[in-house]
Amino acid sequence: MPKHNNLNKILVIGSGPIVIGQAAEFDYAGTQACLALKEEGIEVVLVNNNPATIMTDQSVADKVYIEPLNVETIEKIISREKPDGMIGTLGGQTGLNLTVELYEKGILDKYDVKLLGTSVESIQKGEDREKFRNLMIEIGEPIPESAIIEDFQSGVEFVKEIGYPVIIRPAYTLGGAGGGFANNDEEFEAVLKQGLTLSPIHQVLVEKSIKGWKEVEYEVMRDENDTCTIVCNMENMDPVGVHTGDSIVVAPSQTLSDVQYQILRNSSLKVIRALNVVGGCNIQFALDTTSNQYYIIEVNPRVSRSSALASKATGYPIARIATKCAIGYHLDEILNPITGNTYASFEPAIDYIVVKLPRFPFDKFSEGDRSLGTQMKATGEVMAMDRSFEGALNKALRSMEMNAHSLYLKSMPGKTKEELVELLKKPTDLRLFAIAEAFKRGFTIEEVISQTEIDRWFLIKVKNIVDCEQKLASHSWEEAPVDLLKTAKRMNIGDRRLSEIFNVPEKEIRLKWKSLNVKRGYKLVDTCAAEFDAVTPYFYSTYQGADEVESSHGKKKILVVGSGPIRIGQGIEFDYCSVHAALAVKKLGFEAIVMNNNPETVSTDYSIADRLYFEPLAVEDIMAVVEKEQVQGVLLQFGGQTAINLANALEDEGVTILGTSMKVIDQLEDRHEFYSLLNELDIPHIAGTTINEPEELVPAAEKLGYPVLIRPSFVIGGQSMFICYNNKEVEKYLTRIMEDGNDRCWPLLVDQYLPGMECEIDVISDGENIVVPGIFEHLEKAGVHSGDSVALFPPVNISDSIKKTLIEYGEKIANHLPIIGMMNIQFVVHNEVVYVLEVNPRSSRTVPIMSKVTGVPMIEWATHVQLGKSLKELSGGSVGLFPEPAYYSVKAPIFSASKLKGVDHVLGPEMKSTGETLGLGVTLEEAFSKALQLSGKVSAKESAAGEEPTIFCSIANRAKEESLDSIKAFAKEGYKVIATEGTAAFLAKHNISSETLAKEKVLLHEFWKNKQPDLVLNIPNEGRDGEKIGFYIRELAVRYQVPYYTSFDTLKPWINLFSSENEEEKPRTLGEYRQLTKLNEVGACQ
Amino acid sequence: MKQGYLVLETGEIFEGKLIGELNNMVGEVVFNTSMTGYQEIITDPSYAGQILTFCYPLIGNYGLNDLDDESFQTAVSGVITGDICEEHSHFQATKGFQERLEQVGVPGLTGVDTRALVKVIRKHHTVKGMITTNPEVASLQDGDDVSQNFWVDTVSVKKPVTYENEGPHIVLMDYGYKKSILHALLQENCKVTVVPYHFSYEQVKELQPEGVLLSNGPGDPMKLQPWFSEIKKITESFPTLGICLGHQLIALAHGATTKKLAFGHRGGNHPVKELLTGKVQMTSQNHGYVVVEDSINYNEFQVLFLNVNDKTVEGIKHNSLPIQSVQFHPEAHPGPSDTEFIFQQFLHQVTTSGGRTYAKA
Repeated sequence: MPKHNNLNKILVIGSGPIVIGQAAEFDYAGTQACLALKEEGIEVVLVNNNPATIMTDQSVADKVYIEPLNVETIEKIISREKPDGMIGTLGGQTGLNLTVELYEKGILDKYDVKLLGTSVESIQKGEDREKFRNLMIEIGEPIPESAIIEDFQSGVEFVKEIGYPVIIRPAYTLGGAGGGFANNDEEFEAVLKQGLTLSPIHQVLVEKSIKGWKEVEYEVMRDENDTCTIVCNMENMDPVGVHTGDSIVVAPSQTLSDVQYQILRNSSLKVIRALNVVGGCNIQFALDTTSNQYYIIEVNPRVSRSSALASKATGYPIARIATKCAIGYHLDEILNPITGNTYASFEPAIDYIVVKLPRFPFDKFSEGDRSLGTQMKATGEVMAMDRSFEGALNKALRSMEMNAHSLYLKSMPGKTKEELVELLKKPTDLRLFAIAEAFKRGFTIEEVISQTEIDRWFLIKVKNIVDCEQKLASHSWEEAPVDLLKTAKRMNIGDRRLSEIFNVPEKEIRLKWKSLNVKRGYKLVDTCAAEFDAVTPYFYSTYQGADEVESSHGKKKILVVGSGPIRIGQGIEFDYCSVHAALAVKKLGFEAIVMNNNPETVSTDYSIADRLYFEPLAVEDIMAVVEKEQVQGVLLQFGGQTAINLANALEDEGVTILGTSMKVIDQLEDRHEFYSLLNELDIPHIAGTTINEPEELVPAAEKLGYPVLIRPSFVIGGQSMFICYNNKEVEKYLTRIMEDGNDRCWPLLVDQYLPGMECEIDVISDGENIVVPGIFEHLEKAGVHSGDSVALFPPVNISDSIKKTLIEYGEKIANHLPIIGMMNIQFVVHNEVVYVLEVNPRSSRTVPIMSKVTGVPMIEWATHVQLGKSLKELSGGSVGLFPEPAYYSVKAPIFSASKLKGVDHVLGPEMKSTGETLGLGVTLEEAFSKALQLSGKVSAKESAAGEEPTIFCSIANRAKEESLDSIKAFAKEGYKVIATEGTAAFLAKHNISSETLAKEKVLLHEFWKNKQPDLVLNIPNEGRDGEKIGFYIRELAVRYQVPYYTSFDTLKPWINLFSSENEEEKPRTLGEYRQLTKLNEVGACQ
Repeated sequence: MKQGYLVLETGEIFEGKLIGELNNMVGEVVFNTSMTGYQEIITDPSYAGQILTFCYPLIGNYGLNDLDDESFQTAVSGVITGDICEEHSHFQATKGFQERLEQVGVPGLTGVDTRALVKVIRKHHTVKGMITTNPEVASLQDGDDVSQNFWVDTVSVKKPVTYENEGPHIVLMDYGYKKSILHALLQENCKVTVVPYHFSYEQVKELQPEGVLLSNGPGDPMKLQPWFSEIKKITESFPTLGICLGHQLIALAHGATTKKLAFGHRGGNHPVKELLTGKVQMTSQNHGYVVVEDSINYNEFQVLFLNVNDKTVEGIKHNSLPIQSVQFHPEAHPGPSDTEFIFQQFLHQVTTSGGRTYAKA
C-alpha cells in the first residue's frame, strides 16, 4: 500500500537538550525522519529546543520551532499549524512522553491530528510497567517476578516475598534514571525511595534480579501489514546488571546458538505484534548462561540509542524506514537505500563484527561514583568494525580519546591484587582495563569469569590481545618476528600502542609496515554480506582482507575529521559543524570525505558525505585514508578539540591542513606565545604564568594573588580547571591532577581570576576580513565555564564602544596571525577593560546557535574561505560585526545531575553540563522564560494548592552581602524563606524573617522529606568538595528535582519576571523570528 | 597450523590456515550469509558436494552440540571461514568446529577473506574449487570432481525407517532430508516413514500414507528425471508437500522446468512474499536451482510465494489437488521459523482429505 492519503503536513517532536540517556542519536533519527517525509512532498513542522542539532536547521524541516518542549507550547503550535498527523516515536523518551500527554489531554482529538506509526495504546502497553506485564502474561512471554510499587511499604512487603537480589526500575525515566540493584534492606530503602521520587508517575517496578545472565537486544521493524523483520541483534559483553547504554556491546550476537537466536527472535516478533507497533521497536532480553531460559527485560516501542547503533552497524536506516512505515508504506515497498535494488523487508546479514564502547565522563568527574548499574552514566559512545572481535575492540579503544588508546591503562599496574579483584567484581568504566591487567598478571580465564560473570568467549578474545602484546614486549622492535607483527596488526593493535611497547616513534612503525607491505583493506558496509551489489560508499578498514574499495577519481577531495564520541565539553554541536563542513565542501564541487567513529550522529549517516569512513580518529587511521583517497587537504576546525589535537601529528606526516596553519594553532595554545602575541597586539590579557613543575605552583599563585584560575594546557571543556582561593586549595588541586596522570595536562596554566562579565564571539576570517555574526553575553560572571553559563544574544549590558573593542581585537588577532577559517574568542570585561581570555582556533559550541538565530551560514563560509574563497565574496561585501536581530535568544545549559552520583553540580570553571536549550522571544523576559522553563513557576500567586511557595537559602559568607537583594525580592513576592543557620542570622539582621535549619544532614533530609522547597539558592564556598553540607543540599535538590541556583546571576531572570508584565509566551518559527526587523512588527506574524 | 589454499578453476587462489582433513574433492564453491547456525549448515545434506563459504567471519564461537545436527553426516565437501574460534563457549557444546571437521575428514580453511571470495563467486556465478596445500590451479586436475555426482543417492536412506506416533501417517521421500523436517512432522504428532528417494508410487502406496512430503536434497533436480513420472503419480494420489528440491521435483514432474541461479540463495534472511496476503516472511534458504516461472502450467498450478528481491518462484499450489510446495525451508534450523505454518497447512489438508487416496485423474 502506498502512503496514506490526506497527509500533507506532519508534526515531528524532537528530544530536546542532550542529557545522559538521551543524546545525539535522536538528532540522527529525527533528521532522517524529517528528510524521509520531505521527499514524499510532505510539509514538516518540527519542535525541538535543542539548538545544536542538525534537525533544527531550516533545510531539514519546513517549519522549525525552537520552542519549549511542553504540552502547552505544542498545543499552541498545533493550533497554529493544524498538522494532519504527528509522529511521536522519534524524539526519545521526551517525545514519547509528550505524545502520550497530548493524547491523554485530548489535544490530538481536538485538532484532529492523526497519530502516525505506533498508537498511544501501544506506547502505553510498552512503557507502563503494569500494562506491559499483563500483556506479556497474556501472550505467554516470560518476565521476571515483579510488582508495581507505588509506596514504600508495599515495596518492603513484596521484597519479603521474593527475596534479594532485586532490581528497582522507575517508570518513565530517562536512561533508567533512579533505578538500581538492592542486595539488602538498607540498599533497598535507598534505591526504592529514589526511584519513587524520580518517576514522574511515582511508580517503580521491583523485580527479581537476573544479574549475571547474558543481555541480548533485538531491533525489530513492523509495518501495517504485519510484516516483521529483525534489523540486528546485539549482545552485551557485560552481563545483565549494567545498563545497555553503559555496556560493551557487540553486533551481531556472538555466543548464541542458532536455536537461541531464533528463540529470542520469535519472542521479539510475538512482542512487536502484540504491541501492534508500526515502525521500530527495541526489545531487551536476559538469557540464562546454562539453559535456553530467557526473560524479556524491557521494550522500547520507538527508535532508541540501540536503533541508531543498529543502523550504523548494519547500514539499515531504521528511523528512515520507520518513518516510511508510519505514513503507510509496507516494508516491501521501501527500497533498501544501501543496495538500491533490494527492499527494506529483509534482515541485514553482516560479514564483520561491531563493537560499541561507552564513553564515560569520569575523566572529568574523577570524584564521581564510577560504579555501573541500571542507571546510565555514559555521555556518548564509539563504534568500530572489523573482521574479528580483537580487531574491532582495539579500534574502538583507540576511538575513545581517553588516557588509554588500547587495553593498557596506566593506572592499572599500580593496583594491588585486592584492588584489581575489586575492579573485576564491581562493574565500572575501568573493568575492561582491569581484565587486561589481570590476564597480564597471570589470572586464569576461570578466575576472571568467576569475578566478572562475563562470558568466556569475550574473555578469551581479550586474553588473545594481552598475550600478543606480551609476546611483542619480549622482543625489541628491530628483532620482532614479522609473523608476530602481522598477527598484532590483524588484531588491529594500534601503532601508538606498538610505539609504547617498543619505545619507537609511531612514524618509524609505519615505515616498517610499508617495507613489509602490511596494509589495511577497506570493506563496504552493505547490509547483505556482499550478496548484492551495493551503491552506498560506507567503509571500514581491516587488516584481515583485501581492499575492495576503489578510490574515486576526478573530483578533488577534502577530508572532514569528525569529533568522535560525545563527552562533556565536546558535544553534538561539533557534529553539526562537521556535517555542515561536509555539505559546504560538496557545494564547491569537491568530494567530501568524512571520518568519524560516533554511531549516534548525523555525520556518520552515509547520506551526508560523498564517502564515509567509519574509523577511529587516530593518526594511523587518518593517514591511511589520506593516502588511499589522495585527499587535497584536511579540515580540522570543525571536529572540536579532537581534530585540533591531531593537527601537529598530521602536519608532521606531510598532510595539508587547510585553513589556519599549525604554527598559528601552536601559538594560540601555548600560553607563553599567546600572551606575547597579545602584548605585541596591545591587547590586554589577564596576568598569568605557565608552570612546568609541581613545586612551582604555590609560589606562582601567591605571586599573582588569590583567587587564581588553574588549568592544564590542553583541555576540553575546562577539564581539570579550578578557581583556588588559597594555598590549601592549590595543593589539593595538585594532588588530584597528579593522580590523573595525564601527560597532556602539563604544563599548567595559572591566571589571575577577575570576576568580570564574560562574553564571546565566533569569528570567520579569510586573513583579510572578518565576519562576526554576533556577540554572546554571559549571564554569569567570569569563573563559570562558558558551556555552563546562560548566554544571551543580542547582548544587553555591552556598550557600543566595548562592542567596537571586541571586534577590533578579533580583527587584530585574525589578520595578524592570520586565522583562515574560524576562531572563537572569550573575553572578560572588568572595570570597562576588555581582556582576552582565550582564543580557540576552531569552531565552537555557540556556532550552531549563532548560525540559526542570525541565518548566517557560518560553517559554510568558514569552509569556503579555507578552500580559497574570499569572505567578501561570500557575504556579499558585509564584514565586521553584523547588525543585531530584533529578537532575543537565550541559551541555557542542561545538566545530567541526577545521573551522576557523587558529582557536585556547582557552577565553576570546569564544564559539567551535557546539553543546552535555546529560548527565543520578542522580549528578553520571554526568551529567558522559555530557555529556563520558568513559565508557571515564577509567580508566588500561581503556586499550587494555595500554599505559599518557599525558597531555601544557604549562602557562603563572602556572598551574603550580595545575596540580600535577591532574597528580598523573593520575600517581597510572597515566598517563605528557609535558611541555614548562618544565612538565617544574617537575614534576620536585615529584617528578613526566615525559618532556620541546622546544617546537619539528618535534619536537612528530614525537612526535605516532608516538604520540598520550590527553589534553592545555594552559593557555595569556592573550591571542590570544600563544603560537604552544601554539596548535600545540592544533592537533595537533585534528588527531589527542585531547581537550584549556585549563582545570583542565573537567578536574575527569575526575579526580573516578578516585575514584568506576565505576557503569554508565543511559539514562532525560526523563519518568523528572523523576519522580524523591528520589535513593533511582532504582531504581524502572530 | 599449516598453510592451505582454496584453488578455483577460474584461477583465483585464496590462502588460509588449514583445518580438518584434506579430501581431494573438487566441488562447487558456494556461500551462505547466515550469522548463526554453522552446525546445522554443515550437516545439511543439501550441501553435499559443495565447498561452503561462511560470509560471517566468526565461526565456531558456541561450538557444536549433540542436538543440532541436521543429519547423521557432515555433508559439505569443504568449509571456508574467516576467523575460526578455537576455544568455544556454550553450555551445550560438546566439541569444537575444528575438531568436528577433523573427525569427519572434511577440509577447511580459516583466515580467509571470505568477503573477497564471495565477490569472486558472484563474478563467475558458478565456480568449482578445491582445498589443497598446493597453490596451483593445475592441482585441480588431480582432484576428484564431485560437483556433478548424484549426491541424492549417497545421502538418502537405504531402506525405510518408521517413527511411530499417534497422528496421520506421512511418508517422507528422502532426497537428503533435514532432521528438522522430520521433527516438524513428529511435533505435529505424525507417524513418519522415511523412504529412499527411488521409492515408486506402488511402494509408497503400500505404506498407506495419509500424506507425502518430498524433502530437500543436493544437486540438480534434473538428475532425478527417471523418477518424475512416479513422483507425479504420488502427488496426484496423496496430499503432498514439497520442500526445496522436493518443490522443484513436483514442478518438474508436472511439466515445469528449472534453471540454475547465478549464485543461489543460501542464508536465513530471504524475504518471501505471500501473494494472497501481501505479507512478507523471512525464510531460511539453500538452493542453487529454481523453478522457471513461465514454465509453470497455470491451468494446474498457481504461484503462492515470490522472492521479494529477485522475484523468483518460492512456492506453488495445485489448483484442485492438495499439492503444495515451497522453495524455502519452513522447518528453519538454521534461520527463522516464520513459515512453520506451512506444516500446519499441509496437515490440515491431510486431515480434511480424510486420509483417502485420490482416484487418478
